[in-house]
Amino acid sequence: MRYSAYSIIKQALSGNRLWTPAWREPEPKPHYDVIIVGGGGHGLSTAYYLAKEFGITNIAVLEKGYIGSGNVGRNTTIIRSNYLLEGNIPFYEFSLKLWEGLEQDFNYNAMVSQRGVMMLAHSDGQRDAYARRGNAMRMHGVDAELLDRKQLQTLMPYLNYDHARFPILAGLLQKRGGTVRHDAVAWGYARGADMRGVDIIQHCEVNAIRRDEQGRVTGVETNKGFIGCNKLALATAGHSSETARMAGLELPIETHVLQAFVSEGIKPVVDHVIVYGAGHFYISQSDKGGLVFGADIDYYSSYAQRGNLATVEHTMEEGVSLIPGLSRGKVLRAWGGVMDMSMDGSPIIDRTPIDNLYLNAGWCYGGFKATPASGFCFAHLIAKNESHHVSRFLRLDRFERGHMIDEAGKGPQPNIH
Amino acid sequence: MASLITCPHCGTRPKEEFSIRGTALGRPHPAVSEEDWHRYVYLRDNPKGRYQEYWHHAAGCRRWLVVDRDNVTHDVFGVTDAATFGRVGE
Repeated sequence: MRYSAYSIIKQALSGNRLWTPAWREPEPKPHYDVIIVGGGGHGLSTAYYLAKEFGITNIAVLEKGYIGSGNVGRNTTIIRSNYLLEGNIPFYEFSLKLWEGLEQDFNYNAMVSQRGVMMLAHSDGQRDAYARRGNAMRMHGVDAELLDRKQLQTLMPYLNYDHARFPILAGLLQKRGGTVRHDAVAWGYARGADMRGVDIIQHCEVNAIRRDEQGRVTGVETNKGFIGCNKLALATAGHSSETARMAGLELPIETHVLQAFVSEGIKPVVDHVIVYGAGHFYISQSDKGGLVFGADIDYYSSYAQRGNLATVEHTMEEGVSLIPGLSRGKVLRAWGGVMDMSMDGSPIIDRTPIDNLYLNAGWCYGGFKATPASGFCFAHLIAKNESHHVSRFLRLDRFERGHMIDEAGKGPQPNIH
Repeated sequence: MASLITCPHCGTRPKEEFSIRGTALGRPHPAVSEEDWHRYVYLRDNPKGRYQEYWHHAAGCRRWLVVDRDNVTHDVFGVTDAATFGRVGE
């Protein structure tokens, strides 16, 4: 069923009794051309673009939980492409362009809201670094504006401009950045893939990867039995090391937990996405009025989808330091998601040394904004066996070759990227 | 996560006193192959479950420690001084 104003009126007149499920719940077939492990945003968008752009429709997406239960529903919904490095800017800009046309493309309301992403600078050095970043973006055709203090005060008067240690001096604004309703992204891609014949199999956990005598992948053992495939694609960020281990691969990844928070609903106050340059705090306001925010990961390795109180306290302190008025609000919910923290802070979309096995991993805490491009480029890789030109730097062997994409210049220490 | 860590030198202390380095790996001998160095610097076993991790008691004795714990249940099984952890190849 195609969604439109007409379909809404038609359903309303029939008492909303004729809506059909957005996707089927099929039993797995014995064999598929492509199996995608992981029914998160990236896995579903990969299936969608494989079917829509690359003509491969005999696909299964295996999800151990239910659609939307993992990181695609656990992030702070921010989209942007304000990167610095050659390996990242074209990729994330491609993603932002896909976001801009996504709702028309997959016929689903994902509430893409380009409200602007503002990164604040608190020292002369940081302002210079943002000027450089803005220039790098503009040279790649991405929008960026450096705003001074006076311009910022007009846009966001509620910030703490005269903080004794971290005064606000400038801000780098990407107007095309913003937020998207994250679970609608999962549902929209799931529906779009399903409409094109992709089998989305929920509550199907992969326990082992089966390989033949030559070492080639031939299928997966699951709690619903063996399912064969020509190509196996792993999109299980958070648990990439666990799934790659089934094929005997060791990855340049550590798993960490990142927390996020939402306040009670308040009147509209935060019109943009704001990133605190003196900490790692970022905040936006949802259409329901809740302030959605987060900050650092918890620093210790964790596969638990829950975090530590010390990090909660740290996040709140950063928030109140930036926006003093926050201290009067109440936090409604907090949750954690587990992240693939890679060794240079950048992701991996690549073939593996094992035939028929493809890897999409290492998204750190920037995976949501990449969802469309990640799926598109991964689909390109799976279909054509070669990297899409915007993801050609995101190689698995770049660490061995010395071609890290270290946006923050922090070295091989996953918990500080 | 365990909010209290029992430092072998300082006793039971709040987690906020520590900073965390990452997986506790024995540093290889300088003469090992490039492949071994690549494995040491970049590749991680990253298990789900029992895990040894370097913690620095930054606001205490300033010793490097190895915290042996479970990264799913957050149980802490033991904390030892990193000096006793040893080097591979020695």
